[in-house]
Amino acid sequence: MAELGVIGLRVLSLLGLLVVSAALLTWLERRLLGLWQDRYGPNRVGPFGVLQVVADMLKLLGKHEFVPPFADRPVFVLAPAIVLVTVLLSFVIIPFTPAFPLVDMNVGLLFFLAMTSLAVFGILLGGYASNNKYALLGALRSAAQTLSYEVFMGLSLLGVVLQAGSFSLGRIVEAQQELWFCVPQFLGMLLFFVAGIAQSHRLPFDLPEAEHELTAGFHTEYSGMKFGMFFLAEYLGVILVSALMTTLFFGGWLGPVLPGWLWFVLKTTAFVFLFVLMRAALPRPRYDQLMCFGWKCLLPLALLNLTVTGWVLL
Amino acid sequence: MPSQSEDESLALNGADRSPLQPALQARFEEGALQAQPTVDGIETLWVERDQLRALLQHLQQSQGFEMLFDLTAIDERLREHRDGQPPADFTVVYQLLSVSRNRDIRIKVALLQPALSLPSICDIWPNANWYECEVWDLFGIRFDGHPHLRRILLPPTWEGHPLRKDHYARATEVEPFSLNDARQDTEQEALRFRPEDWGMQRQSEDSDFMFLNLGPNHPSVHGVFRVALQLDGEEIVQAVPDIGYHHRGAEKMGERQAWHSYVPYTDRIDYLGGVMNNLPYVLAVEQLAGIEVPPRAQVIRVMMAELFRIASHLVFYGTFAQDVGQMSPVFYMFADREKLFGIVEAITGGRMHPAWFRIGGVAQDLPRGWDRMIREFIDYLPGRLAEYDTMVLGNGTLKRRTQGIGVYNTAEGLAWGASGPGLRATGLDWDLRKKRPYSSYDQFDFEVVTASHGDCYDRCLVRVGEMRQSLRIIRQCLDNMPEGPYKAQHPLTTPPPKDRTLADIETLIQHFVNSSWGPVIPPGEAMVTIEATKGLNAYYLVSDGSTQSYRTRIRTPSFAQLQMIPLLSRGLFVSDLIAIIASIDFVMADVDR
Repeated sequence: MAELGVIGLRVLSLLGLLVVSAALLTWLERRLLGLWQDRYGPNRVGPFGVLQVVADMLKLLGKHEFVPPFADRPVFVLAPAIVLVTVLLSFVIIPFTPAFPLVDMNVGLLFFLAMTSLAVFGILLGGYASNNKYALLGALRSAAQTLSYEVFMGLSLLGVVLQAGSFSLGRIVEAQQELWFCVPQFLGMLLFFVAGIAQSHRLPFDLPEAEHELTAGFHTEYSGMKFGMFFLAEYLGVILVSALMTTLFFGGWLGPVLPGWLWFVLKTTAFVFLFVLMRAALPRPRYDQLMCFGWKCLLPLALLNLTVTGWVLL
Repeated sequence: MPSQSEDESLALNGADRSPLQPALQARFEEGALQAQPTVDGIETLWVERDQLRALLQHLQQSQGFEMLFDLTAIDERLREHRDGQPPADFTVVYQLLSVSRNRDIRIKVALLQPALSLPSICDIWPNANWYECEVWDLFGIRFDGHPHLRRILLPPTWEGHPLRKDHYARATEVEPFSLNDARQDTEQEALRFRPEDWGMQRQSEDSDFMFLNLGPNHPSVHGVFRVALQLDGEEIVQAVPDIGYHHRGAEKMGERQAWHSYVPYTDRIDYLGGVMNNLPYVLAVEQLAGIEVPPRAQVIRVMMAELFRIASHLVFYGTFAQDVGQMSPVFYMFADREKLFGIVEAITGGRMHPAWFRIGGVAQDLPRGWDRMIREFIDYLPGRLAEYDTMVLGNGTLKRRTQGIGVYNTAEGLAWGASGPGLRATGLDWDLRKKRPYSSYDQFDFEVVTASHGDCYDRCLVRVGEMRQSLRIIRQCLDNMPEGPYKAQHPLTTPPPKDRTLADIETLIQHFVNSSWGPVIPPGEAMVTIEATKGLNAYYLVSDGSTQSYRTRIRTPSFAQLQMIPLLSRGLFVSDLIAIIASIDFVMADVDR
């Protein structure tokens, strides 16, 4: 019973931590974009505008819970929940410190891949249930993009798995005591990062919600907290991919002097910054160009990386 | 100040003005063509209705008039000064431009009620399509054989034809407008998109098409503009632009405002062009009034117009990058534009709409210290432009998105009435500032920027080059600003120079009359075209010798270029359409007026 209580506490603390950091990330992103774009960003509410997230949340909560009359109601309501839950579930396998992965699964990586595959259902259903042409186009783009990029995301990770000899993330971090995998698996790291951006629908891979083409893509019809859940999931996705980059290629909690959790946070934050910087810097490719890039360029590279890793290990 | 031409056949601005009539007379029956002298010196010929198509065809095929520059009408029923013109209730005016021969010709057809119809010329110049719709919409003149004659600017439910003299000009002249539920339903039903009306199929052999309504509220259509798309997947089968949401009756307002008080309205036509819009209007009025503008005023006008060209191109540059998904450049470019507006504000007191040019000059002299501000800016901008070259033009993804997309060649551009940077991107160096210098442009040293592919990327490239040339022109203004008055000493200059008003009674009366009623401009017709930010912008003014214009026709570049969207986007993706829309650089106020 006491054990169950401890687990419950850990789950709740992780959940709280994640939601708060995702919310802070929305503020951080706007401030960073402001910095890089010669403007201020939100700076009115609270010190440095940090309470802007609270104001935004209150606004979203205060919105009328509107479901368009032409939408497929149950699916429409369910879709954002699927997206959010799958992203949150992915976090259970992340080893923040040696003692704090929520669950140390020996198939941890596979679990992550499974969850990202499920997330696309949420988007597809959301776009479909909206019964709106922009949403439908966005959902279709999203499905095609996620399927294509998932293929080599899995392949790009297999190099790491081969080197560590395990799917467990804890084991993978421990295998990096001597040398971080970003060195031997440099190509794999790049590929995973690209696929990760695509999975989290961030610029330059934000085609499913490409504002300038599809107004808001799959979530065109969403408002209030249902939109908030899509929004939260997107930012959690950014944190998730950054955390995985840290874990898989940059030695997770490993590092001198500072405590392990701080190393983890610092490394993850650096990748989050990189995400924001990319959004500020890059334009968006066209849909077919994105597909070509994935299938004709990244997939062969991922296979090459896997082959070479296997050959070297043997 | 424009150099005096020695050859009589050339106009002051270098355009070919030798009459074509003798050559044409030989081909057509005796008396079929009748010449009308106009103030602007553009050859104006009246033709019988049954000869119209033959004449236009001949002009296009044998006389090198590649472009239908403008097509409009005049309601003649209340006009008093029509000496030497054939009787007419309505006149339809075809304004043609020959780029190869650098000359214009204006063809007029007289129409008497109730026979208000003409043969359509859509098969001669494809861009006649929208122009004929516009004339039908605003004047109620039919064009037989037009593929789809419809209301283009006004709602389909509108009653009457507003540019007729018997149509009201102000909402206060009629019952207050109210929208009850029944009427709202009718109005909405009238806007429903029926693919069959546009000759579109709902299905092909192997798929159902999707019809996507892009706009009138959409992040990338730059205003209130709607494109109805017929899609096969994400591929565009057909695109139908729907305009008119921004129509404010600017031409009708021209008929009720005094000559002077219309200047602020021109500002709002191309709302990114600021005083650039005032220029063709005041030039046309000055031509009618016979005012010679002093050199200082001319150079000030050039300087301000070029500043606004940079401002407009900066907005284009930023939104172009933004529309292909690049988020940051637009912020940098708006920051630069903000600096520029600081200068505009210091000089004119206004920012986007200074309405600062006046009939006969400009509103005030330049303030103390203007040269320092401008020098700082033109020293600052080249560095920024170099950064943007790397950031935007050098970006691989942006190149892949825009190169080879939305291509038209020179011949297509001319046939569709394209002008400005879009036309120059096809390789044609047609810049009115060089070909027909106005307002002392012949005194400046600059180059006409061209590109060769005619795609979205090249249209951007040309505009970036033009910003550098504009900086060059502004620097020359700065270094060689002439001394002298900023307004002409002429009785019709408005408001008149005031220094002598308290010295003699004549100028006092003149000042009083011009300031209260506004100037009376002598009767006549004049059209002045300038190289505006987005292409050729022309004001065709008809004065009937009163304090207002009898007819104000505004020919805008955006109208013609928007009509090309179906041609440019067929077979491409929705994302390409966004790039094409961005590259055309239009504002809806400039389209709908």
